Amino acid sequence: MRGTEGVPTLAEGESQTGKDFTSDQEVRWCPGCGDYAVLKAVQSFLPDLGLRRENIVFVSGIGCSSRFPYYLDTYGMHSIHGRAPTIATGIATAREDLSVWVVTGDGDALSIGGNHLVHALRRNVNMTILLFNNRIYGLTKGQYSPTSEVGKITKSTPMGSVDQPFNPVSLALGAEATFVARTIDSDRKHLTGVLAAAAAHRGTSLVEIYQNCPIFNDHAFDGLKDRDSAERAVIPLVHGERITFGGGTLGLARDAASGGVRVVEVGDVDEADLLVHDAHAEDPSTAFAISRLTDAGYLNRSPIGVFRQVERPTYDDQTRAQVSAARDAAPGEPAERLAGLIGGGDTWTVV
Amino acid sequence: MSKQVKQLDRVIIRFAGDSGDGMQLTGDRFTQESAAFGNDLVTLPNFPAEIRAPQGTLPGVSSFQVHFADHDILTAGDAPDVLVAMNPAALRANLPDLPRGATIIVDTHDFGGRNLTKAGYDSDPLADLESPGSPLADFAVHPVDLTGMTVGAVKQFGLSRKDAARAKNMFALGLLSWMYGRPTDSTEAFLAKRFAKVPAIRDANLAAFSAGWSFGETTETFAVRYEVKPAPMAPGTYRNITGNLALSYGLVAAGVQSGLPVFLGSYPITPASDILHELSKHKAFGVTTFQAEDEISGVGSAIGASFAGHLGVTTTSGPGVALKSEAIGLAVMTELPLVVIDVQRGGPSTGLPTKTEQADLLQAMFGRNGEAPVPVVAPRSPGDCFDAALEATRIAVTYRTPVILLSDGYLANGSEPWRIPDVEDLPRIDPGFATEPNHVVSPDDPDTRDFWPYLRDEDTLARPWAVPGTPGLEHRIGGLEKGEGHGNISYDPANHDRMVRTRQAKVDRIAASLPPLEVDDPSGAASVLVIGWGSTYGPIGAGVRRVRRAGHRVAQVHLRHLNPFPDDLGEILRGYDKVLVAEMNLGQLSLLLRARYLVDAVGYNHVRGLPLKAAELAEAIGALVAEAEGVEVDLSAPAGDPADHPED
Repeated sequence: MRGTEGVPTLAEGESQTGKDFTSDQEVRWCPGCGDYAVLKAVQSFLPDLGLRRENIVFVSGIGCSSRFPYYLDTYGMHSIHGRAPTIATGIATAREDLSVWVVTGDGDALSIGGNHLVHALRRNVNMTILLFNNRIYGLTKGQYSPTSEVGKITKSTPMGSVDQPFNPVSLALGAEATFVARTIDSDRKHLTGVLAAAAAHRGTSLVEIYQNCPIFNDHAFDGLKDRDSAERAVIPLVHGERITFGGGTLGLARDAASGGVRVVEVGDVDEADLLVHDAHAEDPSTAFAISRLTDAGYLNRSPIGVFRQVERPTYDDQTRAQVSAARDAAPGEPAERLAGLIGGGDTWTVV
Repeated sequence: MSKQVKQLDRVIIRFAGDSGDGMQLTGDRFTQESAAFGNDLVTLPNFPAEIRAPQGTLPGVSSFQVHFADHDILTAGDAPDVLVAMNPAALRANLPDLPRGATIIVDTHDFGGRNLTKAGYDSDPLADLESPGSPLADFAVHPVDLTGMTVGAVKQFGLSRKDAARAKNMFALGLLSWMYGRPTDSTEAFLAKRFAKVPAIRDANLAAFSAGWSFGETTETFAVRYEVKPAPMAPGTYRNITGNLALSYGLVAAGVQSGLPVFLGSYPITPASDILHELSKHKAFGVTTFQAEDEISGVGSAIGASFAGHLGVTTTSGPGVALKSEAIGLAVMTELPLVVIDVQRGGPSTGLPTKTEQADLLQAMFGRNGEAPVPVVAPRSPGDCFDAALEATRIAVTYRTPVILLSDGYLANGSEPWRIPDVEDLPRIDPGFATEPNHVVSPDDPDTRDFWPYLRDEDTLARPWAVPGTPGLEHRIGGLEKGEGHGNISYDPANHDRMVRTRQAKVDRIAASLPPLEVDDPSGAASVLVIGWGSTYGPIGAGVRRVRRAGHRVAQVHLRHLNPFPDDLGEILRGYDKVLVAEMNLGQLSLLLRARYLVDAVGYNHVRGLPLKAAELAEAIGALVAEAEGVEVDLSAPAGDPADHPED
């Protein structure tokens, strides 16, 4: 089933443009912020879904990225720090006819809201989570985040941070996620493609978006963006295709020693040994192994694309099915049934 | 052998045993039998937080007290007339609560070496009962080998000795049922159903129950049977109900009466979990239950469901409210309906998870950052939890606000006969969803309208509830301060001041929808008023009766609404010379009343994890009456016709 199944679509002849999804609120991110690019991409992508605007809900937590819902002319809630997945779970479970989106950041989703994120993923509630990862705390002015590289010198870590960062993709795969993808704010085409796949997926879709913070962590993604280095740094994942990069000179192969995968020179191995990407594999081991190729330090290497996309019944569909099955099995007016409920059990009558 | 039958107007029985002895079930069955018989009754379950504390020890003792009478009663009773003790620890733990002359029925089976030591006895307290030095000399003790007789009675079913002995609680129940002339059919039907899948266990329990009854009838140990006649009650159909069950039914009813699907987001916590369990059975009413990963997710999901047009509910106890406080603040700011149920327990921190207390009042009132007023309502008895749930929903939906309902452990697990209401008589609750734009964009063009999510109803100050899926009403809400009317983010100082005052004014306006307080002051001339809230209604009422029985005047008023207070409360308080505030905390309502009404409230405060004791409270009331009226108050001297002054 598609992710948007059950959500009302536009009538024949109706159409929408990005402008229809743009609210009257002034956008207040810093000049040069990667959030602008993502906002623009989302605004221009949403009409492609063909859904009725009033049936789309964006929920966010706290942080720079979490201002996102104010700028979209849909229903939205800018909630509290880390809790957007809980609110979105309530909305998505209550209403099949809504397309539910969560906008969050690396601090919001992985620090204060880490628990909610992993539980949303394991439950597989039908919603799309856009995790803007700039590897820094922006709104609180520049402390290191749970995705910052070890040794990060910030206001709160003048001698360098000493805690190991999360790899959001590895984390999501470990949390039983059914859809995990990564993309980059500056690559509009890739970003839009990933958004489309995420929206089409029924269940919780986690999309990590590398997003540059020009104020507190500028150049964090230059290794992936600079023309000179990008070719050998970005590992594109396309389902069903052999994974190659570096202008076709590099590929991935299984590593017998570690049980994981490793980067190989294409010429050094048999063509049959080059890994073909299978996002639909039931076993997430290979997807996890690929996710481990991401640099934990400065990003000199990172796979992007859809790591995993598998079908699994969603929490909200199953919950609604239980409610409607129980309803169907109990015909009659609610008021009559209520009288039956409260008047049940051992009763006695006083005349 | 024909036995003597003695009439009693009321009896308090406490069943006590090890946590694994099935005392809660035994007490519950005796209660159901008494309810079916037509007595008025109140129960008090009391059990440890440990699921299975070490067997035979004092911390492992679990008890269930039931007070039943031929007239209306208000409490589970201060001191048991009868103690059924299933082991040495149960005897030792409960002995201090017994008045002189109380009857003790004790299972002698475990009164040997190790079990006596575990209970802290150096020697067998059942030895030399007749000697004046016996610790049990002041009581009417009936030592009976309940376990041994049970094992004998169920021999034919081929159970292991351990399984056979487990039926001893039903033997005890049979004996007590005989002694007080309880009808047995409901228990027989219950056992047949409960153990339907294991015929040997079913038959053993039925046999033990019947053997207990027969033992009473044939033994010479018990020469007297007692009769407690049915209590006169208002016409109607009744059932016995616990607070948690009544609260669950109230939430189901709130869904039906509002037409809103109920969404419960909850994380298990004692003593609130039973509401989650119960509501999960009622999906046929459109009730969705979400067992969240934590307390925060419980309330967050409920807020999300409310935004989506459901009745969002979250259930918890004090520590959970602490975790939910930021999210409750979000519901204050976004002005969404939300019902927060706090089944209070002993605190602070983990405190006394299975014991009762009323110490979350100030948390409910003020436990949030910023000026975040939240209406607070409290039920006063187990059955009243049903009405309180409907009232909390009415306020939440009508005023678009989170509401905190303060139940407590005593209400949650205690029970009483409940007159089942007629569904026709239940209040209707109108969600009044917004369906179209509400704001004229320009005076020049009155036909062009847009939607302002914070444009308020003039009477209630409630904002429109526009749910996703409604075309043309797309809007964004959130935790940042809103501009009045349009609801866009606003950092304007004057706007913030205005919005803070408006949110407060909205809560204050709820008072206009409340009925006048009922003041119980039969003479109309009392100089002392006793006031309380929540589950202290019973003990306060019982204490007041005792004082009146001694010929004195005292008034009682009980609060359902703690925020806002009813409009007439100030005038009522000013009408009395002395105001006594009885609560299971260190004076939280006193603090609020003093601050709000400048009244010199006197506190009566206990935090023992148990309901207030009516007799002690009566002494405190009596002392205040003596002081206020310059008279002597002797509560042991009944005055006037006792029929006018029912016992508590």
